[in-house]
Amino acid sequence: EFRRFSLERSKPGKFEEFYGLLQHVHKIPNVDVLVGYTDIHGDLLPINNDDNYHKAVSTANPLLRIFIQRKEDADYSAFGTDTMSRKKNVLSNVLRPDNHKKKPHIVISMPQDFRPVSSIIDVDILPETHRRVRLYKYGTDKPLGFYIRDGSSVRVTPHGLEKVPGIFISRLVPGGLAQSTGLLAVNDEVLEVNGIEVSGKSLDQVTDMMIANSRNLIITVRPANQRNNVVRNSRTSGSSGQSTESSLPSSTPNLLGNLLQGEEESDEEDIIIEDSGEPQQIPKAAPTSESIESLSQTELLHGSTQNGFLPSSEMNLNHSAGSISVEHEVPEPGRKSLEEDGTIITL
Amino acid sequence: MRRFLRPGHDPVRERLKRDLFQFNKTVEHGFPHQPSALGYSPFLHLMAIGTRSGAIKLYGAPGVEFMGLHEENNTVMQIHFIPDQCQLVTLLDDNSLHLWSLKQHGGASELQEEHRFTLRGPPGSPPSATQVTAVLPHSSREVLYLGTESGNIFVVELPSLGVLEDRTITPEAVLHRIPEDNCNRRSCELVEALQEHPKNPDQILIGYSRGLIVLWDLQNNKATHHFLGSQQLENLYWQRDGSKFISCHYDGSYTQWPVSSDNRQPEPLENTVPYGPFPCKAISKIYWQTTKNGLPYIIFQGGMPRASYGDRHSISVIHGSQQTAFDFTSRVIDFFIIFSSDPAAEFDDPSALVALAEEELVVIDLKSAGWPAVHPPYLASLHCSAITCSHHVSNIPLKLWERIISAGSKQNVHYSSMPWPIDGGTNIAPDPPQRDLLLTGHEDGTVRFWDASGVCLHLLYKLSTVRVFLTDADPNDNMNTLGEDEWPPLRKVGTFDPYSDDPRLGIQKIYLCKYSGYLAVAGTAGQVLVMELNDEDAEHMVDHAEADLLQDQEGYRWKGHEKLKTRDGPVRFEAGFQPFVLVQCQPPAVVTSLALHSEWKLVAFGTSHGFGLFDHQQKRLVFVKCTLHPSDQLALEGPLSRVKSLKKSLRQSFRRIRRSRVSSRKRRGAAGNASEVQEANAKFDQDALQEMELAPVQRKIEARSAEDSFTGFVRTLYFADTFLRDSSRHCPSLWAGTNGGTVYAFCLRVPPAERRMDEPVRAEQAKEIQLMHRAPVVGILVLDGRSTPLPEPLEVAHDLSKSPDMQGSHQLLVVSEEQFKVFTLPKVSSKLKLKLTALEGCRVRKVTVANFGSCKTDDYSENDLAVLTNLGDIQIISLPFLKLQIRYPCIRKEDVSGIASCVFTKYGQGFYLISPSEFERFSLSTKWLVEPRCIVDVPEVTSNNHVHNKSGTENAARKS
Repeated sequence: EFRRFSLERSKPGKFEEFYGLLQHVHKIPNVDVLVGYTDIHGDLLPINNDDNYHKAVSTANPLLRIFIQRKEDADYSAFGTDTMSRKKNVLSNVLRPDNHKKKPHIVISMPQDFRPVSSIIDVDILPETHRRVRLYKYGTDKPLGFYIRDGSSVRVTPHGLEKVPGIFISRLVPGGLAQSTGLLAVNDEVLEVNGIEVSGKSLDQVTDMMIANSRNLIITVRPANQRNNVVRNSRTSGSSGQSTESSLPSSTPNLLGNLLQGEEESDEEDIIIEDSGEPQQIPKAAPTSESIESLSQTELLHGSTQNGFLPSSEMNLNHSAGSISVEHEVPEPGRKSLEEDGTIITL
Repeated sequence: MRRFLRPGHDPVRERLKRDLFQFNKTVEHGFPHQPSALGYSPFLHLMAIGTRSGAIKLYGAPGVEFMGLHEENNTVMQIHFIPDQCQLVTLLDDNSLHLWSLKQHGGASELQEEHRFTLRGPPGSPPSATQVTAVLPHSSREVLYLGTESGNIFVVELPSLGVLEDRTITPEAVLHRIPEDNCNRRSCELVEALQEHPKNPDQILIGYSRGLIVLWDLQNNKATHHFLGSQQLENLYWQRDGSKFISCHYDGSYTQWPVSSDNRQPEPLENTVPYGPFPCKAISKIYWQTTKNGLPYIIFQGGMPRASYGDRHSISVIHGSQQTAFDFTSRVIDFFIIFSSDPAAEFDDPSALVALAEEELVVIDLKSAGWPAVHPPYLASLHCSAITCSHHVSNIPLKLWERIISAGSKQNVHYSSMPWPIDGGTNIAPDPPQRDLLLTGHEDGTVRFWDASGVCLHLLYKLSTVRVFLTDADPNDNMNTLGEDEWPPLRKVGTFDPYSDDPRLGIQKIYLCKYSGYLAVAGTAGQVLVMELNDEDAEHMVDHAEADLLQDQEGYRWKGHEKLKTRDGPVRFEAGFQPFVLVQCQPPAVVTSLALHSEWKLVAFGTSHGFGLFDHQQKRLVFVKCTLHPSDQLALEGPLSRVKSLKKSLRQSFRRIRRSRVSSRKRRGAAGNASEVQEANAKFDQDALQEMELAPVQRKIEARSAEDSFTGFVRTLYFADTFLRDSSRHCPSLWAGTNGGTVYAFCLRVPPAERRMDEPVRAEQAKEIQLMHRAPVVGILVLDGRSTPLPEPLEVAHDLSKSPDMQGSHQLLVVSEEQFKVFTLPKVSSKLKLKLTALEGCRVRKVTVANFGSCKTDDYSENDLAVLTNLGDIQIISLPFLKLQIRYPCIRKEDVSGIASCVFTKYGQGFYLISPSEFERFSLSTKWLVEPRCIVDVPEVTSNNHVHNKSGTENAARKS
């Protein structure tokens, strides 16, 4: 169900007031809801305090799209990075929650309130001396910022200890993504890049692999300083934000492979400009039935935006149980008139 | 995706793959890199060339080729064929001897190494005692005589290569009967030459380095004659009847000696310094050839006046009053003479001189007047000017083939008409399946057309673009116009000329349309020439057009080279490809991509700044597109300035090192202590070493961004008739891919043929695709409704291809260095992709569509992508599903120039440079395989016929 209203961009006010306004507009005064918005990267991010509310308003150009979900059946995993571009899951989850079968989720906190820049993943399946780090690269704002070099490491082989060539992190650029995560350090040995072992590969090959994967880089390292590695008691204490659903990991690369397969959807969407029009991301050809539906749904959404069409009251809350979607217009301070055409939120 | 990397998931497909793909390196074309030895068998009519890397190559009649490689990879010093055998012996610079033989196996001959052997002296003796300097295979075919540095001559049994110690000829035995005052022990140091008597196999001539020559009787084990030469000996040669021999010397002289039974210590008959009287360089080898008319041919290498012509590489031929010193372009390795091999013939009657120089093979016809050169059918010097690019065209129509040959034959009139004199062996390879052309672009602005159909890469025609331009060197200015009575009578031979007048003339891209005979050639200074084949000489104007690729950009300054100046007025062109239009890119940066559409009469070209489309029918520029990113300053400065700055910084750092060395030396100089200087130098070196260790090789990991340099560099251009705008109407289109991962598509409107000259060609940008991984786009291809690549222009018109399927939906394949991606058309949606770099760490260097036929059934063939990666691997990837079929290691990954030079053919073959002068040919197909297959038959030899007059060449033992 959609609502469209305007706000003063220069004076957005407080979050409490805004929250009240939303409840008022939707005539749901006593329902607890989660409020989210899509930022310029297409990520669904929450609005739950003054700061991120102001941030959200400032990113509107001039439309700001806000999603409202009932708190009790909200899908927390919908928030976070790459969420909007992962159309298949997110949109269908958000827009048609009746369709999604989600395991009951225990809310401890909301790690998704923040955009991750890195994470340690697959803690439960890796040896304790190894660490698998995922770096999230957004746009071009922050450099990955590290260097690798050749070196030699000692391996335990059937013939005893053996010195073998290896790849090591040689330098971290101050202020770079790699340094800011604190998860990588100089002299850490690189063991895998996105699930592919680097042993037997040259420095140039590994460089090329990392650059080719730079938008979604997962490196498995053996940290030079093992003191900081968590000593784990049980294998099931995966406490990272990533859900490691499978409890029967057959082998490490396979599991990571599955993970990558999922990510494949989100990484690198090429852009097409037709007849010198607006740049658009290239859609996937031959989509699955599910995502066709979700796409048609979004197109409907576009239509409503562009025509200024407000959906009829038939499509109301009790029909689509959990979620409400609101088109929310923020007029620019300079001009008061509505500009409705030409602003398409890229999905 | 990984699933597809795992082989063996579909047994049917696996079986089919075996019928389709097979990797073979089949033959090496061109001239061996760094040749070091030459041998010839007058019996087999085969020539052998050894190289510094230990390769040995045998050549006979065109198509008859063998190759062997010594395991040691040491320099081949000498090659000797065993008389009347399919065997030869090689001497390497590690003093090892190797016996090779040609054996028939499976219907064809093969070259195999049989034995190896290193001569060992008694324990404790110096290595020089057994250092082999001269080799004589005896005509009995039972033994080899090995002359050594110590003066001992060892006898080695064949084929076992065992030493017969009791038959060693020691210097003591030789000196036994010589008067002490003429000779001493030192006279017999170092055996320079060993020659068997042409009529009496029991006598051998031994020449020692210091000038002593001895005729040795093998039966009685004693010296029968002594010849006391006063000059340092270089080589010996028996005359055909054995009555005289000739010796040549270090001082540039040669001497004739009589051999008769009555005088055991004769005086020389004649002593000549042919290029005297001033000091001359050594004559290292000499032939004395008799003829019917009585005047001998005296042919020798070297002997030039030391001061004025000491730097020339010459072989002189003297016949009566005729004398010519053939002046070679590079050092002469060795030479031999082809003469009558019939032992019963009374005279030598030489027919040809075959000289192996460091960079080329030259054959001189000695029978025709003027001694013209013979055009070799193989061993072409590909590198006579450095190769800058290559282009392969398969299956040339007969008509075009004949016209190119006819144009080429007009260029070759100065060659002798003599049939190729080295004609041993029989080529039993099937005729090449089709006519293939390999075009090589060179640094000097020429394009060479090679017949690449078979085993012999043969020059058909040479095209020069230089005439269009004004260069510093006037082509009429011939440095070698020597007067009639010029002395010495030098004559330049050979084609090797590595010195380019102007590097801007270099050819960078070539595109030939085999149906229309249109040729586009683009060069280093942004010049694009469009040419047409004309069977006659013609004089005409070349139209000029400028393409300003920076049109809208301001504030840029090109710091690179200037464009080439063109000649004003009409230019005379010889028959062949004649340029009719020149498009000059501005700035005049290197042309990085080129495409020609002969049906639409359009040529597209790209540089590091952008690309343009030119209508060569109306001679009008259709459009230009600047691809430059505003922040890319480097692209504007031009390549030269960058090279310069690199050179400068290198120079500076060297200077810094030198300065610090000098200053430290100076300081120590005052103290005047040599050991101190050494110490300081050692310390300096150590410091430098430590400094190097402190900074290990490291690589930056950073996502590519739009701001990187050279993103605008146009890597590929492609014409296609496809659905660009909507799915109902197809139209001509031009596609361009850049280094920054951008693909531009332009919709073209080409007027119909009847109004082609009246209406302009129009172009409009229809699409722009930005690949998010931003890797350079190296290939663009459109697949039709049947997923078949679109045919070449005019291919359908000539009934050589099915017309493309315009009913089904077309697909666009974009190959970047990192990924293969298939998109739908006209609405661009991504359909399929294959990641290469992300999974394997290798990058695409070359990619071509190749057609593979099954070796089992004639009616099955399929199109696949042949891909060469930066690791030198070749991968075959299926179309349209982008599945990896097979992978072969082909080129060493360190061999960057080899990888850069690789060119694939349309039928799964390929070429790459293994040295500046040699192409390795490889095949990925089971069906198309061009490889030498030949037989060398041993002519019947009666066992008692031991006496041969022709052993001269074989025994021409010499040091190199």
